Parts: sequence; C-alpha cells; structure tokens
Amino acid sequence: MSVLCGKDTRLVVQGMGKHGTFHAKGCRDYGTNVVGGVTPGKGGTTVEGFPLFDTVGEAVEKAGANTSVIFVPPPGAADAIMEAADAGIPLIVCITEGIPVLDMVKAAQYLKGKKTRLVGPNCPGIISPGERCKIGIMPGHIHMGGPVGVVSRSGTLTYEAVGQLTALGIGQSSCLGIGGDPIIGTNHTDALRLFNEDPATEAIVMIGEIGGSAEEEAAEYVKAHVKKPVIGFIAGQTAPPGRRMGHAGAIISGGKGTADEKMKAMRDAGIRVVKSPAEIGQAVKEALGR
Amino acid sequence: MKIHEYQGKAILASAGVPVPKGKVAFTVDEAVAAGKELGFPVVVKAQIHAGGRGKGGGVKLAKSAEECAQIAGKMLGMTLVTHQTGPEGRVVKRLLIEQGMDLDGAKEMYLAVLVDRASGAPVFMASAQGGMDIEEVAAKDPKAILKEVIDPAVGFAGFQARKLAFGLGLPAAVVPKAVALMQGVYRAFENVDASLLEINPFLITKAGEVFALDAKVNFDDNALYRHPDCEAMRDLDEESPLEVEASKYSLNYIKLDGGNVGCMVNGAGLAMATMDIIKLAGGSPANFLDVGGGANADQIKNAFRILLADPDVKAVLINIFGGILRCDVLAEGVIAAVKELHVNVPVVVRMKGNNEDQGKEMLNGSGLAFTTADDMMEAAKKVVAVAGGAR
Repeated sequence: MSVLCGKDTRLVVQGMGKHGTFHAKGCRDYGTNVVGGVTPGKGGTTVEGFPLFDTVGEAVEKAGANTSVIFVPPPGAADAIMEAADAGIPLIVCITEGIPVLDMVKAAQYLKGKKTRLVGPNCPGIISPGERCKIGIMPGHIHMGGPVGVVSRSGTLTYEAVGQLTALGIGQSSCLGIGGDPIIGTNHTDALRLFNEDPATEAIVMIGEIGGSAEEEAAEYVKAHVKKPVIGFIAGQTAPPGRRMGHAGAIISGGKGTADEKMKAMRDAGIRVVKSPAEIGQAVKEALGR
Repeated sequence: MKIHEYQGKAILASAGVPVPKGKVAFTVDEAVAAGKELGFPVVVKAQIHAGGRGKGGGVKLAKSAEECAQIAGKMLGMTLVTHQTGPEGRVVKRLLIEQGMDLDGAKEMYLAVLVDRASGAPVFMASAQGGMDIEEVAAKDPKAILKEVIDPAVGFAGFQARKLAFGLGLPAAVVPKAVALMQGVYRAFENVDASLLEINPFLITKAGEVFALDAKVNFDDNALYRHPDCEAMRDLDEESPLEVEASKYSLNYIKLDGGNVGCMVNGAGLAMATMDIIKLAGGSPANFLDVGGGANADQIKNAFRILLADPDVKAVLINIFGGILRCDVLAEGVIAAVKELHVNVPVVVRMKGNNEDQGKEMLNGSGLAFTTADDMMEAAKKVVAVAGGAR
C-alpha cells in the first residue's frame, strides 16, 4: 500500500522539454506507467517512445491519464496546473521551481472547490517504492518498500533521510516532497492525514524547515489524531532571521517561523524530534522497536 | 530584492498614491539644488536598505540651503548603524530630499500588503499604531492590526478598504481619500509583483490630507523576469559582494557572521541541515551555500572560489546527495577547483547517492589531500576538528 501514487497511476508529463523528457524516462525506467506527454504544438508525434498531446484534456481522453507531473518553466507553470485541473486530473505534482508567488495565488484559488489535489510546486515529487511508482526527480534506487511514510519540504534532505532508512533496512510506504515555496498545494497536515489513514504506514517521518507555521499546525493534527509514531526534524536551527535560505518559503520574518518554535510545538504534540539530521534513521528504528 | 525608499515612492506615485514631493541626490550640490526646487524646509533622508534610520541619525530637517548642505555633507559617506544593519552599518551614498510635511496634529498609522502563507492569498494589513515597530505591536496587541484577505480574482474590493479605514477610526471626511490611497497601494503591489509593500508611517495631516510618508518594497525574485524596470533598481552596493558574485552563477550563497567552516551543499534543506550539524558538532558555519540540483563542474569551481574568498573560512565541508547531480561530476569539479584555485584549507567531502563509489575513487586517486566521510555527523566532526576545533 501507499499514498497518492501506485499501481493505478497513469502519468502524463506536462512540459516535454529536455528536462521533462529526461525525468519521464527516469519514471518509466523505475516502473511508473507513463502514458504520454503534453507539449502544445507537438501533438500526434512521439519522443523517446512517449506519445505527445497538445492538451492535457487530450491526454486524459486518449491515454486515460489520471496523474500529471509538471516540468513547464516558471512563466507557464501556474497555467499548466490550472490546465490539468480543468482536464479533471485528480493529482497534479508540480516540480517547477521559481513560479511567481502571485501566479501561485491565482492557481491555488482556481483549485479551490475542485477535486484536484496539487503537490508542490518546487518539490521532488512522490515515490511509492513498494509499488515501483515514482512521480518526480528523486533517485529511485535509494528507496525500498516498507512501513515508513516520509513527508518533507526539501529534496535532497529527504534523500538523506531515506538513505539512512534504507541503510538500516527500513523501507518506505511513500515519500512525499511537498515543496519549499510559500504557497503549496498539499501541506504537512494533509500529508500526515494521508499517512495516518494508510494502513501500510506504521511510522511517519516529518521533515520541516524554518518559515511559516505549517509544522505547528501539523503538530496540532498529530496531537489530536495520530497514534502512529512520528519522527520530526526541522532544518534551519542556525539560520539567521530575515534571510531567505534558498527556498522561497524558508525565512524567519517578524520573529516568526523559527526552528525552536516548531520543534517545541512538535515535541508538545508527542513527536520525537531529533536535533541532528544524522539521527533520523536511528530514531525511526527505535520508534518501530527494531 | 529590496529597493530604496525613493524608488518605492516612485512606484507608489505611478499607481496614484500620494507621496511627499522629493528628489534623490548623490552629491551635496544635488541635495541643495533639490532643496531649492522643493522649497525649505526639507527633510534629508539617508537611503539604505534598512529600517530604523531616524534613530540612527539618518533623517534630519533642513531649514535653509546652508543647513541642507551641512547635513548632506555629513550624511553622505557616513556609516549608518541601525537595528537592521548589524553592528557594521551601511555607508550612505544616496539621499532623498523631500518636501517637509506639517506633522503638527497629524496622525501616523501603518499599512502593508503581503502574501499570507496560511490563507494562500494577499492580505492587506492596517494599524492605527504607525510610526513604530509593527512587530512589537503584533506581539503586544495583535488585535491592533486589522486584516483583510484579498480574493485574487476580485482584487482589493472597495468595501474592504472602507472596512479598514473605518476600523482605523478615521473621520468620515478622510475615509474616501484613505480608501483611494489603499487601493493605489494594492495596485502598486500587483503592478510590480511585490512580496511586501509597507507604508510606515501612513500620514493623516491635521487638514485631512493623506500621504505615504515612507515606503518599503520587497520584490518577489521569481517574478523579476517580467519587471526589467524594477530589476534595474537593484543597488549592488547594498548587497554583500560575495552574494552578488554567487548570484551570477545561479548559486545561492549567504554569508553568516562568526563562522569558520565553509560549506557547499546541493539543495536548500540539506544546506540548512548541514549548517545545523556543524553547530551540533561544536563548530560554526561560515555560510549557507546551495549549488542547486543540477550543478555542473564549472559551478562547483565558482562555488569554491566564492567560499574561499571569505577570509573567515578555515576549512570546507562539501556535503552532496547525488540525485540529478552525480557524485563523479561533483568529484571532477572539486578536483579541478582545488588544483586550479590552489586551495590551502582542509577540505572534507561527504557524498552519497548516484555514482558514489566512482566519485570517491576519483577523489582518492587525485593525489590531493581530501578527507572523506560516510555520514553527516562524522563529516561535521572532522571538519570542525580541522577548522581549529570547537568554538
């Protein structure tokens, strides 16, 4: 079992440029059912064996796409999200980094009241190793199937945590990168809810970072609803206030969004918070009683 | 990206927001000429990218041409220290010469627009307690800050501006002017893709006129590509030279005070976590540096050059998790950089992921003295030790 992506995924790739095509192949090689790509104007042709369509609607109609992954460059990415939602795609994963925030405000508004779930933008994507399904840019081979759900705002830091788990022989149900932007589709709380309701997930790793209050809200959810062990880490314990640490959303502003506040809220909710990023795997091992 | 007050006011003025008349001056002569044109008294305001200028002596009233010359002469070239500049302060190179406003009996309030993460939409904020640090107001009395969430499809509606204006306790006769000003502020926010637009103070004169007396505009860096006119307002003198250099190569570099371990990492989250673990190992990180997901050998070299240009760096930790960036490509870049740049500080390399073994072999076979490590804590301990131990 897994969350969001698995054997039933029929993936369409929006933005089949160099980057999109490279990762479309990566997803297919891992085992994902990639049914095609969308590049306006290239409909009817193929690239690397992938049939191309002019619109997402066409990919849904002709290839039965039920999930989309977006590699469209920043100026057109928010538009691509809205196109996929309009085509009735239930799950959109947006990898694109650098989307103007007011574009995302509009896209987020457009998604309200629709049944579409957005993951990202500015994220590595989702992988369910037990079902050989990957939607995104993460290195597949570091993952293995198992009982741990991982949710994170960061890419390589997630790989780090997954690498530790796999080295200890602990597999993952699904790993969900939710993205480092200030406005994202699926947040920490949404991800925790998915993992909490997934019978195959026995423990959850939650990796946050400075900025905003999503981790504090997720901690409230954990306190009220989650019985599974949750292991947490917050990046940016040493970050200075007022500076944007790479991710558009990683900034301590007005004294809010510090790592200390987040770690305290998480501990108060019963989450096992590790101070060192090198201890994530070990903490999961102990929580699972292995 | 941040800009100066005078630039922010020009953006506001072009959206129809009333601002005091003013001119920028780079020299004493320009300051005096601007003062004569505007008519004395004028306010001489130091232009740096930091708040708290008044308290630091960066805002003065000049009643005559002589006084204007004297004040401008002192202010230009002075190092202004405020609570936002850090102890090193900023050198003043530009002045805003502005028409003096009649503050007698005037009220100072606060207005701001920013993108609120929780609601996923822009929020217009207003407070009757202007002229002071809004963060203090928020901490002491959150109810003193009024908020209106803006529906992006509708924009900032007239009734929302009226709610705020009446909520601030403005007299009925002033409300229409305040509403017009607020709507102008939101237009300006949208026009330039700002991430923050703050008016503090928002001035209401005794006669019932309204003005944006100060303006702080921060841009959404992701949207600058569609605002070349705003991008042209960038003042490189206000930014750290190493950070400017890094941005040329799409590297994300932030200098940290007091550290001695330079670090080079791929990915923002892992870069922050690497800083954290250096601290946990008893050391102190000298910088944040994210080389990005798809860095090539050339970028690695430039990253090295920037790291080493910081004289505080006594050792370097490279922490890479190879996903798109393969470890062999990284190793190639690191070896080339160390040879070419004659690196003479110890370098600790920790790499994981794609082509990890190949990368390690390349480092070991290079004849250069790299220290390698398998996990993050081991790497952090090693680099802290060679940087001169815990501090």
